[in-house]
Amino acid sequence: MDFDLIVIGSGPGGYVAAIRAAQLGMKTAIVEREALGGICLNWGCIPTKALLKSGELYEQLGHLDSYGLSVQGRSYDFDKVVQRSRGVAKTLNGGVGFLMKKNKIEVIEGTAKLEKGSPAPKVVIALKAGGSRTVQAKHVILATGARARTIPAIGLEPDGDQVWTYREALVPKSAPKTLIVIGSGAIGIEFASFFRALGSDVTVIEAMDRILPVEDEEVSKAAHKVFERRGMKFRVGATVKKLTKDKSGVSIELESGGKAEALKADVAIVAVGIVGNVENLGLEALGVKIDKTHVVIDDNGATGVPGLYAIGDIAGPPWLAHKASHEGIHCVEHIAGLKPTNLHSPIPGCTYSTPQVASVGLTEAQAKAKGLDIKVGRYPFKNHGKNIASGETDGFVKTVFDAKTGALIGAHMIGAEVTEMIQGFVIAMTMEATEAELMATCFPHPTMSEAMHEATLDAYGRAIHI
Amino acid sequence: MTDILMPALSPTMEEGNLAKWHIKVGDKVESGQVIAEIETDKATMEVEAVDEGVVTEILVPAGTEGVKVNALIARLDDGSGAPAKPATAPQPAPAKAEAAPAPTAAAAPAPAAPAPAAAPAPTASGDRVFASPLAKRLAAAKGLDLKSVAGSGPHGRIIARDVDGAKPGAAPAAQTASAPSAPRQVLSLEQLGIAPGSYELVPLTNMRKTIARRLTDSFRDIPHFPLTIDLEIDRLLEARQRINGILGNDVRVSVNDIVIRAAALALKKVPEANASFTPDGIAIHKHADIAMAVAIDGGLITPIIRAAETKGLAQISKESKDLAERARSMKLKPEEYQGGTFSVSNLGMFGIKSFASIINEPQGAILSVGAGEKRAVVRGDQVVAATVMTVTLTCDHRVVDGAIGARWLQAFKPLIEDPIAMLA
Repeated sequence: MDFDLIVIGSGPGGYVAAIRAAQLGMKTAIVEREALGGICLNWGCIPTKALLKSGELYEQLGHLDSYGLSVQGRSYDFDKVVQRSRGVAKTLNGGVGFLMKKNKIEVIEGTAKLEKGSPAPKVVIALKAGGSRTVQAKHVILATGARARTIPAIGLEPDGDQVWTYREALVPKSAPKTLIVIGSGAIGIEFASFFRALGSDVTVIEAMDRILPVEDEEVSKAAHKVFERRGMKFRVGATVKKLTKDKSGVSIELESGGKAEALKADVAIVAVGIVGNVENLGLEALGVKIDKTHVVIDDNGATGVPGLYAIGDIAGPPWLAHKASHEGIHCVEHIAGLKPTNLHSPIPGCTYSTPQVASVGLTEAQAKAKGLDIKVGRYPFKNHGKNIASGETDGFVKTVFDAKTGALIGAHMIGAEVTEMIQGFVIAMTMEATEAELMATCFPHPTMSEAMHEATLDAYGRAIHI
Repeated sequence: MTDILMPALSPTMEEGNLAKWHIKVGDKVESGQVIAEIETDKATMEVEAVDEGVVTEILVPAGTEGVKVNALIARLDDGSGAPAKPATAPQPAPAKAEAAPAPTAAAAPAPAAPAPAAAPAPTASGDRVFASPLAKRLAAAKGLDLKSVAGSGPHGRIIARDVDGAKPGAAPAAQTASAPSAPRQVLSLEQLGIAPGSYELVPLTNMRKTIARRLTDSFRDIPHFPLTIDLEIDRLLEARQRINGILGNDVRVSVNDIVIRAAALALKKVPEANASFTPDGIAIHKHADIAMAVAIDGGLITPIIRAAETKGLAQISKESKDLAERARSMKLKPEEYQGGTFSVSNLGMFGIKSFASIINEPQGAILSVGAGEKRAVVRGDQVVAATVMTVTLTCDHRVVDGAIGARWLQAFKPLIEDPIAMLA
């Protein structure tokens, strides 16, 4: 037996699982075919946050007069903006390398494939350095993640030049003059927000009837309004029929409400969801159950094949880094014979556009669809001291309570810093707080977070400042 | 003013007798000083002062029986000048427990409480039930006692879905057998034709009540069965004599000491027999902590030889002698008689040929050892005389199936019949 545990994939699911395993005394290895930290750290969450920060600051420079400030000659160096983003990714990539070393986790660089083995499948690795290595462990965790969905049949396929996925969009040569973003989930909206901040003419196409369709309807509506004010354009309820390219740019044929329309732009970003990386791993031969592009797992991440587990994006939605880490820790603790309870925790979601969007639990519509008797509270930032002082008055906090039990079952926020505030509600939900505990909590003044208190009070008709 | 409360001297203690005061009103007491002796169901123990001060009141006189845990028993003036609370009757009063939240262990409800679901789940080693705010609210709405709910959250915290699945008044999800059942109600002696005055009534001691309750629960709730086997012990007796010859006058190894060591080694070989049933799974104990039944005035007690599989005969002999002596003088500490994994009960000295003991919860089995006596034994086609001892293993069928019990006896037999095997 070479290892107690082999983790395949070193994204936020895999490397976190490996560290937890090492903490629990398991002899652990991690296999990575590209870069430690996976997509999140190298091509996703982190580098996009670096770009967005540059965009946000640049856009704010244009509004400084409202703060009594002025600036001359606002401009940006796009190469430097991208370089900064790459530098941030590189720093964190090195950080994961350090953590692997510190925890005595062996990093095997190469591409893994599974073969029948006992007590867990054998892992055959085509090494980056050449040659191959076969290792046997007691347990194997698949954490190979996912990639952008493409639809080549209608031209939704990246070419690195005029058609991008998130990957190409992170390292372009310049900000396109005109940009079409296909898909208005978190990824699409973040790129739209970034390029708009740098002055691109941005149009977002969404097949559903509203943008950010997983969020609460009121949040979608508010986001739509603020984005439009920032100059973004939208086509909702619109289906892309075909994307074609020529020297002058991309053309997209749309259909919306039975009407056809054609849009033109320099560049299109394809953000129409993701597919799990389930191929070329030898899963079919092992009899791993795959639903569409995701490995089917039980409550503890087990695939049903002895010794084989799956976590994170490859194991299905929500496709979020923190969900992957959370599942990774749960899975490892389960393997170690502990009794983890992580999987029952609610999972928050965040979109780092301007304004930011953050939510956890059920939307108002979902709660109603479940037949729950609910109480809904709202509190707008435009009334709120800290937000007015900061000049960040867009957005609101919305709470959804189960009227029968007082349990907080959903929280939805849009506005400045809401991605940093949502964890307050996540803790409350994880602890199974009721309105009573939230009402009894003393929120610091003046903070934007006070709006969370007010939105709770409002659900029970007790808001102070409305 | 500092209140002195009736302490809980063991996790199962509900009440005790205040046997003796070592202090009187006006005495100056220092922290750590012995102030009283308390008699529980198992032992007499000394109580030390936690705080210092001058004794202002003694509220429960020496000799009082059945003083509830956490009842106010005395007061000290700690010099703080804080006004004394009005003295209340010595009767326990839950309110008192709230006023001074001393950690009461496993506070079972008063025996009079009629609630059927009042048995605390084993999660509670104290009064506090860990539950989420939502779980508490849901339980209150359902009229459910959270003590009867097993928690599935972090560290066994009770969360909403645990309450959703529980029914009001349902038996605790866990360890049904540990529920303190009400004393079995029988017809009065008079109704059964025994005339008043024709007998003397001996009051129930705490120990007697505990024996009655625990053994009734065990015998009624645990599906148990006996397995009996004959063992030839001539070689054992010879070995014992030689060992004692070598050890000199300091130690005298008894047959029972050898039985304890052999039982421990057999448990090492058949760990499935060293087990406890729990709702979460079968606990396979890592050590053979052998409880030995010791008859004492007014009942019996089972002090424990810890990790007996790691101890030699001389040490087992010393420990068992010391434990038995202190058991008879009621000087055992709770940790010395609580938490064994297997019991040995020996009535051989009374000439009992064979008997089947009652399971000592939560242990999975108990060995009953009969007298060694010369019997006619058929060896080949010859009838010969041999010293034979009959032993019976009573097994908790929930953990120790017939085959496991039989395998244990098979492992035990050669160790007894030829003690040299214990060296292997």
